[in-house]
Amino acid sequence: MADLTTRFAGRIECPNPFWLASGPPANCGDQVMRAFDAGWGGAVWKTLGEPIVNVSSRYSSVDLNGVRMMGLNNIELITDRPLDLNLREIGEVKRRYPKHAVIASLMVESTREAWHEIVKRAEGVGSDGLELNFGCPHGMSERGMGSAVGQVPEYASMITEWVVEVAKTPVLVKLTPNISDIRASARAAKRGGAHGLSAINTINSITGIDLDTLVPRPNVGGMSAHGGYCGPAVKPIALHMVQQVMGDAESALPLSGIGGVSTWRDAAEFILLGCESVQACTAPMHYGFRIVEDWIDGLSHWMDEKGFHTLEDFRGLSLPKVTEWKHLDLNYKIVAKIHEDKCIGCQLCYAACWDGAHQCIHRRNGDHGDWITSTPMVREVSHATPPERIPYVDEHECVGCNLCALVCPVEGCITMERVDQGLAPQSWAERTA
Amino acid sequence: MTGAEQFPELHPPFTSQEAVVEANRCLYCFDAPCANACPTHIDVPRFIKKIATGNLKGSAETILDANILGLSCSRVCPVDILCEGACVMHAHSRNPIEIGRLQRHAMEHFYAGGAKRAGPVAETRFKVACVGAGPASLSCAAELRAQGVAVTIFDRKTRGGGLNTFGVAEYKFRASDSDREVEFIRSLGVEFRYDVEVGADIAFEELERDYDAIFLGAGLGKARPLGVPGEDLGGVIDALTFIASYKTGQKVKVGRRVVVVGGGNTAIDATIAAKLLGAEEVTMIYRRGEHVMPAFAFEYEHAKREGVRFLWHTHVTRINGGERVENVICQPAREVECEMVIIAAGQISDGRVAVNPVTGQSDRPKYFAGGDCVNGGREVVDAVAEGKRAAKGILQWLT
Repeated sequence: MADLTTRFAGRIECPNPFWLASGPPANCGDQVMRAFDAGWGGAVWKTLGEPIVNVSSRYSSVDLNGVRMMGLNNIELITDRPLDLNLREIGEVKRRYPKHAVIASLMVESTREAWHEIVKRAEGVGSDGLELNFGCPHGMSERGMGSAVGQVPEYASMITEWVVEVAKTPVLVKLTPNISDIRASARAAKRGGAHGLSAINTINSITGIDLDTLVPRPNVGGMSAHGGYCGPAVKPIALHMVQQVMGDAESALPLSGIGGVSTWRDAAEFILLGCESVQACTAPMHYGFRIVEDWIDGLSHWMDEKGFHTLEDFRGLSLPKVTEWKHLDLNYKIVAKIHEDKCIGCQLCYAACWDGAHQCIHRRNGDHGDWITSTPMVREVSHATPPERIPYVDEHECVGCNLCALVCPVEGCITMERVDQGLAPQSWAERTA
Repeated sequence: MTGAEQFPELHPPFTSQEAVVEANRCLYCFDAPCANACPTHIDVPRFIKKIATGNLKGSAETILDANILGLSCSRVCPVDILCEGACVMHAHSRNPIEIGRLQRHAMEHFYAGGAKRAGPVAETRFKVACVGAGPASLSCAAELRAQGVAVTIFDRKTRGGGLNTFGVAEYKFRASDSDREVEFIRSLGVEFRYDVEVGADIAFEELERDYDAIFLGAGLGKARPLGVPGEDLGGVIDALTFIASYKTGQKVKVGRRVVVVGGGNTAIDATIAAKLLGAEEVTMIYRRGEHVMPAFAFEYEHAKREGVRFLWHTHVTRINGGERVENVICQPAREVECEMVIIAAGQISDGRVAVNPVTGQSDRPKYFAGGDCVNGGREVVDAVAEGKRAAKGILQWLT
């Protein structure tokens, strides 16, 4: 069985890389302890600071074709519990679960004294690390905190310095995606002396509008405000930003990956781009802490299958496989192949290629012969795909875009096949050199 | 026991959420096989996607554009061998999309909302008479009305809908639902004249004089007798009369043991109805084999589930009894005791009307026809398709 033990930034140890992200599931000691019992390796406590007052409602979601919460949005602020209570519970959790990681997320007003004070108190109760919340995009940012700090590299750098001055545990800076280039804030954190990063925080969003009341969601007494978007929908954006940070020498630090992690597969992808741990919030909010059982199991089995013994064996392996477009091989060619034995005749590939791509998938003839004018005098009908409904690919015209394979509902029915053009690899950079 | 309790629906309706989930399962095939496999060519993926987006009104309109009897067809169509039989999900090793139930969902929403549909853009000077108020005439009339033709439907009964009202098994489609459809057609501006038998109460010559065209949608004739001794005994009834009586709320005493003679879908309907009406032992006697009987496979399965007994390759040679039936004698030699015999040997067709299949026009140019009187007794959806085609044929011929 693969070893999932994690040592974040060389110092934060925990049984596996799965951490609860700072959010509702890590709001109190009872939740965090139950999460650890379920198998979570660590937790980033819901952001500590001056207690706030929340509104109701707080969440809204985007469903896709009947699947719930493909994306989740929230307008909840940092903890609304007294600081002393949170600190007492962090201490209690650490005493009971010494092998699990508890990281205190912090957000206070932008003064050196305030930051020094909160760092000392959080570390005083035994936190294994600190995560500076420079990313919260709603509410707190209006008060000069959260993403208001993260969006100004100079502020981020300065506050990081203040924290590092007194911190004895690793300091992670949590980055906001609501910025034109996330590397600006990552570099600022690194300059400020941060030991690690976490990315991404939630994305500014309005999830939708109620077409009866015309009020955007979530509805707070007839009004709404933008919130932070997370959940499966944001994973591709998060992966890109993780790659940007880890691919940049001035940004790269031990990174805790966040953004739509819903399965062990997602976690493996974040680690393949260099993350040392992953954090999740929407998934346990949707299904409860119990989902982590499959994450541990699934990741271990995959690692066994691939021959990876530890997380370090595969961490970052996909990073070198991301490059700039100009370095891609212009002479690499693939074309679509329709496996007729698997085709069910839906012709979605035809519609997609014809209207959305390059008009190289064709139907066998205009009249498909299955047009009936009266009920057939049969007791049962054949369910085999009529051969004339199976489209074909004009390989000379196919540009290898993948669209047909993406829309095909049948696994393995359309594959993209390599065509050897007899040409040496050549990139755009090389061609124009 | 009320009708609803006695004849629970074969397929319960979808809840809103179930309908959306099922609608989202639809792949939205291009040139969809399901639409091609519908005699009226309802654009199935289009109406289904509209259910998925909550556009139920648009969904119903898509259905009605192709098939004005979208409600009854959603209930009585043999979807296994039509749209759902053609669904590509079969080849995908999945259950086909439940097109019939989705169509019902959209149509129920339409009727619950008052069943309102835009009238014709402009009235024409044309007048057409439809003979018979069954599905073929209703479809033809609606199509003609949409083009501004004045239509009058004549029927010898006092209630419209034809076999949709009187002949469809109650657990598939209730007579009261059929009334809703007839009322909808009336709301389109179609005039109904009941209790008028064309050819007896009013002469065809009169129709020819007063109308620009005549559509015959009169269905088939009386039930075909078996032609065996004892058919006039008490307790012997033809299947259509039997079904019509229980559907119209008449008390029907079936007795403990019932014999149904025939092998078609109506025979199956009669066996199941007899069971639901309280018969303990129902035996269907058919002169040919299980695999060649005209009833659809799913109908046969349904009857088996209800516990109906089957005697294959068996002829009834006589019906015995005093005043009432006591048993039937079969060939090969066998005696089946019973208190009721239901004969489902089809209907007499007094010569089918021959028409051009594209236009529905007969060799007497003013006469068009469709439905059972042309096709010899097929599905409701066939009657709708033929009525619609004839309406187009009439308009083409008139203009």
